[in-house]
Amino acid sequence: MAGANGAPNNGSATGGKEITFLEAIRQAMFEEMERDPTVLLMGEDVGVYGGAFKTSEGLLERFGWERVIDTPISESAIIGAACGMSYLGLRPICEMQFIDFIVCAFNQITNFVAKGHYLWNAPAPIVIRGPSGGGVHGGPFHSANPEMYFVHTPGLKVIYPSTPYDAKGLLKAAVRDNNPVLFFEHKFLYRRIKGEVPAEDYTVPIGKAAVRREGRHLTILSYAAMMHTSLEAADALAKEGIEAEVIDLRTLLPLDEETILNSVKKTNKCLVVHEDTKTGGIAGEIAALLCEKAFGDLDGPVLRMTSLDTPVPYAPTLEEYFLPNAKKVFSAAKELARY
Amino acid sequence: MTKQMPTELSRQQYLDLYYYMRLNRAVEDTMVKLFRQNKIVGGLYSSLGQEAISVGTCYALEKKDWIAPMIRNIGALLVKGVPPRDIFMQHMAKYDSPTKGRDGTSHFGDLENLHIVSPISMLGDLIPVMTGVAIGARYLGQKVVTMTWIGDGGSSTGVFHEGLNFAATQKAPFVLILENNLWAYSTPVRRQVPIENLADRAKAYGIDSYIVDGNNVVAVYNTAREAVERARAGEGPFLIEAKTFRRLGHAQHDPAEYVPKEMRVHWEARDPVALYEKFLTAEKLLDAAGKKEIDDKLDTLLAAEREFAENSPMPPAEFAQGGVYCAGDECHKIRAKWERPIAEVTPPRSSVKAVWTVPGFGSGKGSGGANAPIHFGDTKTVVENPANNGRPAKAGAKLATKNAPKKTKAATASISRKGRR
Repeated sequence: MAGANGAPNNGSATGGKEITFLEAIRQAMFEEMERDPTVLLMGEDVGVYGGAFKTSEGLLERFGWERVIDTPISESAIIGAACGMSYLGLRPICEMQFIDFIVCAFNQITNFVAKGHYLWNAPAPIVIRGPSGGGVHGGPFHSANPEMYFVHTPGLKVIYPSTPYDAKGLLKAAVRDNNPVLFFEHKFLYRRIKGEVPAEDYTVPIGKAAVRREGRHLTILSYAAMMHTSLEAADALAKEGIEAEVIDLRTLLPLDEETILNSVKKTNKCLVVHEDTKTGGIAGEIAALLCEKAFGDLDGPVLRMTSLDTPVPYAPTLEEYFLPNAKKVFSAAKELARY
Repeated sequence: MTKQMPTELSRQQYLDLYYYMRLNRAVEDTMVKLFRQNKIVGGLYSSLGQEAISVGTCYALEKKDWIAPMIRNIGALLVKGVPPRDIFMQHMAKYDSPTKGRDGTSHFGDLENLHIVSPISMLGDLIPVMTGVAIGARYLGQKVVTMTWIGDGGSSTGVFHEGLNFAATQKAPFVLILENNLWAYSTPVRRQVPIENLADRAKAYGIDSYIVDGNNVVAVYNTAREAVERARAGEGPFLIEAKTFRRLGHAQHDPAEYVPKEMRVHWEARDPVALYEKFLTAEKLLDAAGKKEIDDKLDTLLAAEREFAENSPMPPAEFAQGGVYCAGDECHKIRAKWERPIAEVTPPRSSVKAVWTVPGFGSGKGSGGANAPIHFGDTKTVVENPANNGRPAKAGAKLATKNAPKKTKAATASISRKGRR
């Protein structure tokens, strides 16, 4: 589908065609900018270069210099400026070249952007998105899963999708949302995961989890790349007669408590799998939620399968040890199933 | 000091500047009384002696322009049209205050009518935010200028650099007022910044700057006016350093005993309101009767505003909950106001060739893109003053509020002269 300048043609939906996770994100931005002239994109190397991962390829060609803005390496300036633009009725999308760099703008996001609506009725409809996650040997500064810094911040919404369909539909929903939305794109999925997206315009609701696989013996809650790992583990568990229900959280803030509780009330057991490190990860929050609202339904402990509490190491042997994988998820689930 | 009167200001404008400075001071005096009566919930910050800056700079803006005042810019809020009761109620955490008790002090804004962006306590964050308002407004075709303020202390933050640099690369219609009041809490400016004139930092961003006597409201106004108009014409952004002095402590709790007595005495003799009154009297713009009229007007106004504020209830406890998110469209009523054809920014007219085109390099026009100020990297070796160890001669110049270094675009301290470069 290459067009002039080697750019993909026009990014419109491909009519039920299989597209990559990355292409889904590109299409979402393209279509939102096509639909609404208040949508702009700002970030490092997003224009002429088309983004470090090419998620914004073809956008500058189509929408011009004023709507696709190559910025200095200044994350606070990018997000601060986007917030200022949003006060005029604009809906800027900010790209963090790697999501690791989002913490350079931590103050701007958590103190300025997130608190605006509560304090002085100033909603800031901006999207902050970027490639996250490990498994690609990016090392300690290009592999982060910093979602929980922001899940702990009232005023933000946090999305972390696992499929092309969700990535596109949720990113579109994020652009149309009247709140600041953080959108994490697991880079391991960018070119590895393909899926169908509809030809017509659609959105996926923010704050809704999805049941990816039905089961009755235990619930596995996950999101992003670990969603696929969990499904792989569930297939192996099924061969041993353990039917795991696998739920894709999709949005971490607000968390879809209803879907989580309904599943656990059915299976009575819960394993949370995430690539983020263990201490302070969302698994702990979910365990607390289950204790508060489903204690009587639990037949076993809420277990966590997560990365180690270390920085993301660089060497493949170390990183593999650091990350959860299908085998580790399988073992944890088997242990839980024994209760 | 000559007696010649600048021609730009009308009699009414002169008197407006006076009225707002007096109002600024009276509002803060009232709050000191409220503070001593324990009616102010948190801290109380003062702009005593700095009123000419808040008032003179904001007065140079038009109604459609946007401001983001910091904690010592009550005067800017008043010039923009915020009623004193709102400022009182903010400090008293009242339910009728703009933030309904959810935040205090001057931390409030008004996106729809007055175009005020609320500050946060972390310094410098408003610089990229107001840069964004400036380039967003330009994108919509609005001829808007944005302004925010920062202190000598705040100018050391990373986001000051990020924001001003981004504004400069975008040629944003943005004016940054740097109030150099010589003290960041208890630390003198010389311990924070190793240069004489903070305006020199503008050079690093390739933008023009001004130095002005911050206690001379006419000079401040004239300087700001020029910067604002130049910014509106696309020559921005600008940095204005206003030299002044923080007369009180960081906040009410701080007696500021670390400030040398002689320094205090020096600056107390340069009170901006007293200086301006002297000027207005000499120019026969104000007499005893006129002054009495303003005294009375302020007394009546502030008594009523204070009464209103004191009678406002505290917020109900449960108001702590909710309002964190904007749910639906009811809470987001801002619609983009296009003042240019939308066709210019939508395909096919928006479409460009995505390459850095060589001929446009260096022109620095518009919002970047192919005309972004990029060059091939040819560089001439420049040694500004080899005798001075390679440092620019200016760096050794003595700080002088009355006669700012000639090389900088300085306004003079003389209150009757125009503050032009």
